[in-house]
Amino acid sequence: MAERLQRLDMILGTYSPEKYKILEKNLSRPKNEIIKDLIDSGLKGRGGAGFLTGLKWKYAAMAEGEQKFVICNADEGEPGTFKDREILSKVPRKVLSGMGICAYVIGANKGYIYLRGEYKFLVPQLQKEIDEFHVYCDIHNLKFRVEIFLGSGAYVCGEETALLNSIEGKRGEPRNKPPFPTNIGLFGCPTVINNVETLVSAMTVCNIGPDEFKKLGIQDSHGSKLFSISGDTPKPGIYDLEFGLSLDEFVREFGDGDTKAVQVGGASGFCVPRKKFSQTTLGFKGGLSGDNLPTGGSMMIFNSTRSMYHVLENYLEFFEEESCGQCTPCRIGCQQLKKGIDAVKRGIKPPEYLEQLLSLTETMKITAKCGLGQSVANSFSSIVENFREEMIY
Amino acid sequence: MPHTRELIDKVTGHYGANREALLPILQEIQRNEQYLSDEAMVEVAKTLDISSADVYGKATFYSFLDTIPRGKYVIRVCKTIVCDMHNKNKIIETIENLLKIKVGETTLNRKFSLLYTNCLGWCHKGPAMLINDDVYTELTPEKVRDIIREYKNKP
Repeated sequence: MAERLQRLDMILGTYSPEKYKILEKNLSRPKNEIIKDLIDSGLKGRGGAGFLTGLKWKYAAMAEGEQKFVICNADEGEPGTFKDREILSKVPRKVLSGMGICAYVIGANKGYIYLRGEYKFLVPQLQKEIDEFHVYCDIHNLKFRVEIFLGSGAYVCGEETALLNSIEGKRGEPRNKPPFPTNIGLFGCPTVINNVETLVSAMTVCNIGPDEFKKLGIQDSHGSKLFSISGDTPKPGIYDLEFGLSLDEFVREFGDGDTKAVQVGGASGFCVPRKKFSQTTLGFKGGLSGDNLPTGGSMMIFNSTRSMYHVLENYLEFFEEESCGQCTPCRIGCQQLKKGIDAVKRGIKPPEYLEQLLSLTETMKITAKCGLGQSVANSFSSIVENFREEMIY
Repeated sequence: MPHTRELIDKVTGHYGANREALLPILQEIQRNEQYLSDEAMVEVAKTLDISSADVYGKATFYSFLDTIPRGKYVIRVCKTIVCDMHNKNKIIETIENLLKIKVGETTLNRKFSLLYTNCLGWCHKGPAMLINDDVYTELTPEKVRDIIREYKNKP
């Protein structure tokens, strides 16, 4: 195995021997110091968008408001992603410790874990851990309570402002940004919304310090990352790998010897064809040469028996169904893209029609209200441009 | 609607009669009555003092909430790409043959409904399906036959 491919087990590794020790240790530290550590560590959100976690906490800490909230986003709906479920079932204490530290830093007294309805089976064991967590909060004098809020099968609710609306009892439709949730979030109060894995990584930074954390990864993408690996691979599963891995190395380890393409970042991510494996590095956009791909950790591997037309059609069907329908570019755009590739495939429209569809995705990228509609262009253009002949014949 | 009333009261007892309780209430009714009837939605609207259109809007937004009657056991088979690659069609075919219904339909005795769903988060163990809240992974036609038989024997 290449060096960067070693399983790090930072995230899913064992607990410290004493319960909530790291939480306790951090509750006596100056809040500014914790924020500074997080910013120095360069930790970016692990949900896919990759915003600096330290800055998010800082803004919420600075925001005025008697009531503040911490929300753990466990609405993991991106196709090919299943790491959050694994974290919540194996190491929920680390997530809760992260939430507790965040609550202390920003001054929140209420937290939610927004759990997707598909993971309802996790509730009993998670609730048990939360009950225990509350005992430790009381012991350490942290006025903080966490509640599970269940989703009901809507991908778009993973978008942070849609998630807020969902808890508030509204349709899970994204809000306009700004204002950002760090200032005006849940019920209008300052709110930090972090992905499950981000909270664990934040806790890790608070435990080992930013310098140790930064030793892992590459420029602009520090630390380790859980990758959810599926598709045509002999060993699907969850792997804790270091950032900065080239796709070449990745495929050599996880491919089945016949890998045609890898979808990085789920249906809203990018499809990388074989010829570009060597120039692609896994990480957030950074100063390195080649393409650095932002990723929530979804890696779907396709071998040469797969039709990329069928893959794209499956994604578009997904987006069409999951679009909340609020903004026109996304609502109509997803439908038209699906109809469009079908028409080209059937020969009803000429191959050049693909260019018009590509320009439609560009329009969606700049006009759609939230990440869902904006990111359809990622998979669409990367598949159509790299596998054009499969779209036509 | 004495039963619905009890369900609503149970949830508002925890959240209070405010809008934050809306999704949990709808989930509770769905779980017990297998769908959200017009009467139930009106009752919820009255309790929370919001328009019934608002309740309907919320109910139709989420794929796990239904406004038409579903079976006691709702089977949701994942159709997203990785499960699709791993022969989800065979799974669907098997269930359709066993229950004599098509995707989207409910058996006449209202025991089973068969639906498609988007990514369940079990791509590494596909194909996967949910029956109500329970997850079944790495499905094969044989495995599905056993599971369905088990549910058929349940009350």
